[in-house]
Amino acid sequence: MINYQQSIKNLEKISNELRLRIVELTYLSKKNGAHIGGSLSSVETLVTLYHSIILNRPNGLEERDRVILSKGHAALGLYCALESIGLISKEALDTFEDNGSQFLAHAKRDIMKGLEFSGGSLGLGISYAVGVALACKDKGLNNQIFVLLGDGECDEGLVWEALMCANNFNLTNFTVIVDYNHLQSDGPTEEVMNLESLHDKFSAFGFKTIEVDGHSIKDLMVAFNERSEFKPNAIIARTIKGKGVSFMENKRTWHHGSLSDTQYKRAIEELNNWNCTDGE
Amino acid sequence: MENETYFDVNAFANIGQSNSIFGVSLMDNMEKYPTIKVLTSDMALAAGLDRFKFLYPNNFYNVGIAEQNLIGVAAGLASEGFKCIAVAQAAFISMRCFEMVRQYLGYMRNNVILVGLNSGFLLKFFGNTHYATEDLSLMRGIPGMIVLSPADAGEAVKAFEAALQMDAPVYIRLTGPKDAPIVYKENFSFEIGKSNVLREGNDVTIFATGSMVHQVVRVGDLLEEHGIKAKVVDVHTIKPMDVDILNNSKHCKLFVSVEEHNLIGGLGSSISEYITEFTHFPPLLKLGVKDVFPMPGGYDFLLTQNRLTPEQIVEDILIKYKL
Repeated sequence: MINYQQSIKNLEKISNELRLRIVELTYLSKKNGAHIGGSLSSVETLVTLYHSIILNRPNGLEERDRVILSKGHAALGLYCALESIGLISKEALDTFEDNGSQFLAHAKRDIMKGLEFSGGSLGLGISYAVGVALACKDKGLNNQIFVLLGDGECDEGLVWEALMCANNFNLTNFTVIVDYNHLQSDGPTEEVMNLESLHDKFSAFGFKTIEVDGHSIKDLMVAFNERSEFKPNAIIARTIKGKGVSFMENKRTWHHGSLSDTQYKRAIEELNNWNCTDGE
Repeated sequence: MENETYFDVNAFANIGQSNSIFGVSLMDNMEKYPTIKVLTSDMALAAGLDRFKFLYPNNFYNVGIAEQNLIGVAAGLASEGFKCIAVAQAAFISMRCFEMVRQYLGYMRNNVILVGLNSGFLLKFFGNTHYATEDLSLMRGIPGMIVLSPADAGEAVKAFEAALQMDAPVYIRLTGPKDAPIVYKENFSFEIGKSNVLREGNDVTIFATGSMVHQVVRVGDLLEEHGIKAKVVDVHTIKPMDVDILNNSKHCKLFVSVEEHNLIGGLGSSISEYITEFTHFPPLLKLGVKDVFPMPGGYDFLLTQNRLTPEQIVEDILIKYKL
């Protein structure tokens, strides 16, 4: 029997480590800066996926579950998650945003490292993922396709073409997770382009839709495990942009930014404190 | 055993480029390429895919009127090892989803064959929303893309079959009405990147592509009456450009390019991009759509308006030639 409490605690610890690494790499990128806000908001989703839900290399590459990061600007979060499961080495990731590095602000496809898609242009990942899911279904593979979508990304028309298509082809191996952090470059999603009701929209597009606290590992685990076998699935993860670093939380200016020495120290301190207080 | 080079010109007479590919050639290739998936955005009937759809329902997907998603889904399937062919009107498959083609096919190198139907101004009375006179320009601007523009139905089939063998994304531009004259009346060789010389001559070299090739064959005859010997070249591959044919033809007085495409970015531009790097090439007269949205109408009306009938092409060549 798996000890769920223990498992959740463990994933929370990994999430915190991921945040520390995201902050560290953002700091090391100096003036280049990084998409830190949206990386921090998607941490629990990535950790739950990679450490609890997906089968990464079950019987070789072909049968692996595929995670496609459609909100390509969260690449830093994805790199750190892949580092945490050993697909990307620390030395390699330390080159983040160096000249000529493989690890840019937006990931380039490298399947051996777990990077399934060259992200960056919004809306493109989900459409591609529909093709991948269709192919896997066609090949008779018993695997799952997960797509991490941004909320601002849902403004793109291609997202809805893809959703319609996933339902049309009855892609039961297809799960969309929306990192609903309520902020896009120009401000709150409610002000820039109202998405509500996102839940109703996904349901109307034929998805089994669950809305959860996207920073609760427990809620995410439940949501992933309650996926329908008869419909494509959508998980709307309510999150906070910049989660874990107080001065970044819910600040649109931290969509992309760089850290001063003082800011870096403060961020690390806060994340380390979270670690201590949680130990009781 | 069927001879691989077997080629029956009559099979394609009067059915046009698209029906020749999708109504005939595609079925012949299913055994050789069992992983073929044909995807369309509500254009199966128009493309001549009905028979294929009926015979191979598991190799066919209709994604609805959604060209952007068409390219995404095709790329996703291609990334999993399927040989994907995406079919839509040329105007939409090249323009509406340009970024998807650039990203999924160019940048990510997913080898999908794009087939653009009814390019140029073949959709006559539908008007400029449905004309594609920028598609060559757009598609060849994407690193790694191969761009083909066949002259008749038989060459469209050869282009398609050559594309199936390529380890690269390919755009095939289909032009010309169903009853367009056949250029190749017997079997011929087709090699991507190697133009076909249809007529020899030392005074002028005329490069044409797609629907303009058969017009230009006629131009060669008419120029003969004026004592001008024209070499006529079918440039079926716009990218990679056949620079050998340019080098081999440079000892004449005039180069001419003819295309049912905007003068910006198509065949003429491709030729000039190469020859302007050197000093010893003849001047290039570029004939095509002169950076305008033409007044819609019948096909002949559009040809005349854009000075693309054989007689008009001869007039324009004579003026330039005598300068």
